[in-house]
Amino acid sequence: MNSVGLALDTFPKLVRANAERLARHVAIREKDLGIWQSYSWRDYFERSRRIALGLASLGFARGDKTAVVGDNRPELYWAVLATQALGGVPVPLYQDSSEKELTYVVDHAEARFAVAEDQEQVDKLLHVRTQCPRLELIVYDDARGMRAYSEPGLLSLAELEERGEKFALGQPTYLDDEVARGRGEDTAVICYTSGTTGTPKGAMLSYRNLIEMARIATEREGLGPDDEALAYLPMAWVGDHMLSYAQAIVAGFAINCPESAATVLSDLKEIGPTYFFAPPRIWENLLTNVMIRIEDAAWPKRRLTHVFLRLAQDLERRRLNGQPVPRLPRLLAPLGELLVYGPLRDNLGLRRIRIAYTAGEALGPDIFVFFRALGINVKQLYGMTEASVFVAVQKDGDVRLDTVGTPMPGVEIKISGDGEVLFRSPGVFQGYFKNPEATRQTVEDGWIHSGDAGFLDHAGHLKIIDRAKDLGRLADGTMFAPKYLENKLKFSPYVKEAVTLGPGRPYVTVLINIDLGAVGNWAERRGIAYTSYTDLSQKPEVYELIEQEVVRVNRSLAEEDEVLRGAQIRKFLILHKELDPDDEEITRTRKVRRGYIAQKYATLIEALYGDRDRVAMEAQVTYEDGRTGTIRAEVAIRDVAAR
Amino acid sequence: MTTGTGSLLEVDGISVRFGALLALNRVSLTIPRGEIAAIIGPNGAGKTTLLNCISGFYHPYEGTIRFAGRDRTHLRPPEVATLGIARTFQNVALFRGMSVLDNIMTGRVLKMRGSFLLDALWWGPARRQELEHRAFVERIIDFLEIQAIRKTSAGRLPYGLQKRVELARALAAEPQLLLLDEPMAGMNVEEKEDMCRFILDVNSEFGTTIALIEHDMGVVMDISDHVVVLDYGHKIADGTPEQVRKDEAVLNAYLGVAHD
Repeated sequence: MNSVGLALDTFPKLVRANAERLARHVAIREKDLGIWQSYSWRDYFERSRRIALGLASLGFARGDKTAVVGDNRPELYWAVLATQALGGVPVPLYQDSSEKELTYVVDHAEARFAVAEDQEQVDKLLHVRTQCPRLELIVYDDARGMRAYSEPGLLSLAELEERGEKFALGQPTYLDDEVARGRGEDTAVICYTSGTTGTPKGAMLSYRNLIEMARIATEREGLGPDDEALAYLPMAWVGDHMLSYAQAIVAGFAINCPESAATVLSDLKEIGPTYFFAPPRIWENLLTNVMIRIEDAAWPKRRLTHVFLRLAQDLERRRLNGQPVPRLPRLLAPLGELLVYGPLRDNLGLRRIRIAYTAGEALGPDIFVFFRALGINVKQLYGMTEASVFVAVQKDGDVRLDTVGTPMPGVEIKISGDGEVLFRSPGVFQGYFKNPEATRQTVEDGWIHSGDAGFLDHAGHLKIIDRAKDLGRLADGTMFAPKYLENKLKFSPYVKEAVTLGPGRPYVTVLINIDLGAVGNWAERRGIAYTSYTDLSQKPEVYELIEQEVVRVNRSLAEEDEVLRGAQIRKFLILHKELDPDDEEITRTRKVRRGYIAQKYATLIEALYGDRDRVAMEAQVTYEDGRTGTIRAEVAIRDVAAR
Repeated sequence: MTTGTGSLLEVDGISVRFGALLALNRVSLTIPRGEIAAIIGPNGAGKTTLLNCISGFYHPYEGTIRFAGRDRTHLRPPEVATLGIARTFQNVALFRGMSVLDNIMTGRVLKMRGSFLLDALWWGPARRQELEHRAFVERIIDFLEIQAIRKTSAGRLPYGLQKRVELARALAAEPQLLLLDEPMAGMNVEEKEDMCRFILDVNSEFGTTIALIEHDMGVVMDISDHVVVLDYGHKIADGTPEQVRKDEAVLNAYLGVAHD
């Protein structure tokens, strides 16, 4: 990496170098009309150049912002690069944002230009524009359904590129000049954090932040041009920006854009990436899929699979805890690899994985062990938008169950007096856009306050306990870690989401979301008829099923953890609707918004601490077009201790 | 939306009788090219019978049906399909054991030319032809956003998706006229909205003329250019959604008349 020198201090310069060094090497693949289409690094640069020139022809000035919104598409990554080539700042947005959310960000970021994937996003942006007059031009990639649109300031990407070609005839050196003016300390991107509380904040990351951290991570993990990654996480998430954009450019590896959000798992199988980044949500989905398929198999196969999986998990757990491994399981492992682990990995599309990260939230230890036991090198990554992602990562060969690994090279970590994790690194962001107050609260003398409670153990591993503000105590002073319990519950394929309650209360209770796929399948196999999510969630049989899971969690809590064993779950209920980002109950990255839930479901929560066993409930639901409706249901409450 | 010129379908005074029951009584209607027309009416009004006449499944004992300027009152369904009319069914009629992709491919059957031997060997023209048809079908899959279920067998899909696959199969025949028999029956609000969007998109992207039977009045009023109302085999109204909404006879047929 050093040979390319310091001059390559922005992404446009790096991609131009890639276009020469790795001219024919695949940079992006996209599955379109059922076939994987490839674009080389030369194509990458060439298309971005044309888009940039098109924008320039429309008066794009240095410092202008481009909002980018849509699923992961090569054209959108090119729009990001094109904006940077002109000295502008791309602002990637969550594609499933509501109009209200989009309006806030587009307005706050002062975006003059927007590049959208398709009609759906254009429709939203056209509404946004009525409230954000600063937004001048909307460019769309997919022209389907756009024929009847005649609004001014609306252009197809093809038309934009055509304009760019014409513009270049008059000013052949324009783009090179603009690219040369870019500096490492310029702002490269503004990532709006979805935020579990309050309005989104726009973290400004410089080229230096992203490129330095991408280099450090690339070198530590030994990534190179021959690696393959799947670009499927929202482009607005800093994780995707780091992996699919920054790291891909720095290391020169290929990213693959799935056909649609619904095909990710089958596309994963077709691509077989070597480098994979997934939030716990995805690992949970994969696990659920595996479990359903195992349950559907004929019993000899099912038995065999269960036996070997248990064996492998036991082995992996011992390994992670540094305990000696007994001989028999060790000898059986190759057989398991042949019969179970290998085929399963292959089936999931994870056969070629060299490095897989889980990040965003803590992944439940049981799920973590499950995948590692299959021979997939899953590692915890601890990161933040404000740090250009990387803070700590588990090193190959030094992975432990209860830590997030050691600090990345160049990252310093210290723990504040009240147990909060602070860090400092070349990736520390430039601040929040137009929000110096929030910047001051987050960064102090170059140290970022993570908001997480944790400590460094004797081997230098960082251990995160919980969000500093979430860690709580029951009324009698018993220590209680909500996320820890929730992750244990979510190990069950039947539990999609769990929200525990307890701080200041006499005992622990939990609100549960069942997994419609897994529980639905389970119900069908038992011939239990149901009409809807709400109906299924309130079936007595389903309560029995979930109760077993709660009992399992309580038992393992009692066996495993001395500090937390007092915080057993006493009562639970199954929510009659799925927690949904449209209803603001979880964030777009699927983090539970506790405060909001506590407020919205106050009646249910009150009932959990009363002595009723049923409670009538109404809930507001918001449809994607912004309209609202009401779901009414009677929700049952189950007392685990009483049975 | 009404971009075409002239009428694509002209039904002139057709009558159909099942024994003593007069299912259609001298019904006439005209559907201009590029239009979305809705046929509505209470249960047993003769809507499906009318659609079946157009698709050649029933033959009227009087009256004529002209399609694209030619009289084709007495053609059989395969001949009608070759002329460029495709349909979906009130009760989903997919090949349940076949994949979604194969189901949609069957919509291309009329466009395929080949010999048994070449097809069996998948050689030469046969291979080229199949690739072309597959590419066409992929465009429809993309259009209707069913990539994720391409290889799922049709019988395992939820109802709303089966309806969408049926639409895809009809589109695969590249019809000039698309007949949809209750495309939204039994769907929830979200599925209905999706289906509406697809119907409008099909109409504007491919310029396909669409005749649909539907019970959901909101849907009908929203998406059609033109509404035909049947009651007991008679046509009682024909006009724009606004006109039909205000029509006395329609209100009576739907809400009943007070006999006092």
